[in-house]
Amino acid sequence: MSALVKGRVWKFGDNVDTDVLAPGLYMKGSLAELARHCLEALEPRFAKEVKPGDIVVGGRNFGMGSSREQAVMALRELGVGAVLAPSFAGIFYRNALNLGLLALVCPQAGAIPADAELVVDAPAAQARDAKTAAVYACEAIPPHLLQMIDDGGLLPHLEKKLSTSHKKEARA
Amino acid sequence: MAHPMTLAEKLVARAAGMAGVRPGEVITAKVDLAMMHDSGGPRRVAPMLERLQAKIWDPDKVVVISDHYVPAVDAESAGILDLTRKWVKAAGVSRFHDMQGICHVVLPERGHLKPGMFVVGGDSHSPTGGAFGTYMFGVGATEMCGVLVTGEIWLRVPQTILLQWRGKLGKGVVAKDMILAMCARLGMDGGQYQAIQYAGDTIGGLAMQERMTLSNMAAELGAQAGLIAPDTVTRDYLLSVGVPDAEIEIDAWQTDVGAAVAEQHDFDAAALSPMVAAPHSPANSAPVSDHSTVAVDQAYIGACTGAKINDLRMAAAVLKGRKVASGTRLLIAPASARTTAEAAADGTLATLTAAGAILLSSGCGACAGYGAGVLAENETCIASTARNFKGRMGAGSSKVYLGSPYTVAAAAVAGRIADPREFLA
Repeated sequence: MSALVKGRVWKFGDNVDTDVLAPGLYMKGSLAELARHCLEALEPRFAKEVKPGDIVVGGRNFGMGSSREQAVMALRELGVGAVLAPSFAGIFYRNALNLGLLALVCPQAGAIPADAELVVDAPAAQARDAKTAAVYACEAIPPHLLQMIDDGGLLPHLEKKLSTSHKKEARA
Repeated sequence: MAHPMTLAEKLVARAAGMAGVRPGEVITAKVDLAMMHDSGGPRRVAPMLERLQAKIWDPDKVVVISDHYVPAVDAESAGILDLTRKWVKAAGVSRFHDMQGICHVVLPERGHLKPGMFVVGGDSHSPTGGAFGTYMFGVGATEMCGVLVTGEIWLRVPQTILLQWRGKLGKGVVAKDMILAMCARLGMDGGQYQAIQYAGDTIGGLAMQERMTLSNMAAELGAQAGLIAPDTVTRDYLLSVGVPDAEIEIDAWQTDVGAAVAEQHDFDAAALSPMVAAPHSPANSAPVSDHSTVAVDQAYIGACTGAKINDLRMAAAVLKGRKVASGTRLLIAPASARTTAEAAADGTLATLTAAGAILLSSGCGACAGYGAGVLAENETCIASTARNFKGRMGAGSSKVYLGSPYTVAAAAVAGRIADPREFLA
């Protein structure tokens, strides 16, 4: 990951589900429209006020429920810089990395104050409170997966790799 | 010979082309079948495949089922279905079931699943396939794209969590009550994205449709897969849907004696009451008597979890000779076209409609807030579906309770949540 993620915290509880992240009522419309309703059942201000780089801090089993990737895409569409939670639902976690959303397992996420400003350092596997300097350790993501996230997800990552290998072939 | 292995380990080892595997190991598995629906399928993967300029590794190993936006209600849903139909044709996918019912029910009904297979589905209730001794799990559209291009997927070999049921279920107590009790005890992350195996004599006594309810809601336990070892009940079902006997392997797909499991939880079937999950989580389950004062605006029998033929027969057993209460509406969306045909043939449908039930088309429908039957602000519904997340079935302030088809039908008659055993002779 080339840059630090810096932003205010939006804090949620345990078991945030895919249906509040990407409500079924809006699933057939555009991503922009869907994103406007992201998490509204839990926090109506979220989609209106979230700023690029802001950090979603969830509780246990974040992203449980459906396999819909729009749950991840809506967060990305709103510019969310990272999601931190003590645990993630399996399908959501794989989807997040595949779509270039930084999802970090942070056992102490519950201790992060709701009004905190965080600086998330993915390669160092930690989040730092910008005001109090408190440090929250995260589980490390292997460098090759961090590179994939940095590239914007699996598809852009593959495209980049393919074009690099084509260039190498052209040079050879 | 390999070390003793669980069913999950055997299924994963076969797909990985290995004699044995251990939990925690990361392997690459060859996929026997990839199943997609209209919502997460072609409309999402087609642009990705185009971007990669890639083709499907084997169109004969792909099944597409339209079930989310059926029947089309506006230009957007019609467009999604149109795209789906055109894509399967262009991609050479011949196993396309258009508006024939919900994917998790149609897939086995059309003979696509067999014990021993390794299958991915583009839907989170894909663990349903585990009822057939198939390793089946849900993936997002990007992972599905990877499978479509390579025919492979990586997997961390799961641990096995054994959920053991002993004894005989009481009258009016069914698989849905069992899974709600398991959700209450283990929580929605108790499955830890590992493999659950349901076992014990209670499971052996369940029909395939009931086993599917358990495997389906392995998703609500947070597991990757929800397996049941195949037996003669499995064989009989598969023969009935046209799978040749020679292709049905039973003995190879059992957990070995002495295989290590990560956890075992024991349950007593005889002690179980009808269960109801209160808003907004299946884990928020308790005996039906805890909720008997709750009035319901809508009772809904639908979804992959709760509208198979056995589910409709349960509802009919309660509704026979009775009427839906005034002020309450009962909506029933049979899980598949074949379910409707069977229910028409044996008189079940007539019993339901005579009681005042309103029949809806087969599809995911109101369960996920996609189709007909969604809820208004502050309405209360009891449903035979799998999930009662906040706002999932409609307006954000609506409340959804979950119960078995018996319990949902009893609530429709009483106008409030009621113990179905009072309605069963």
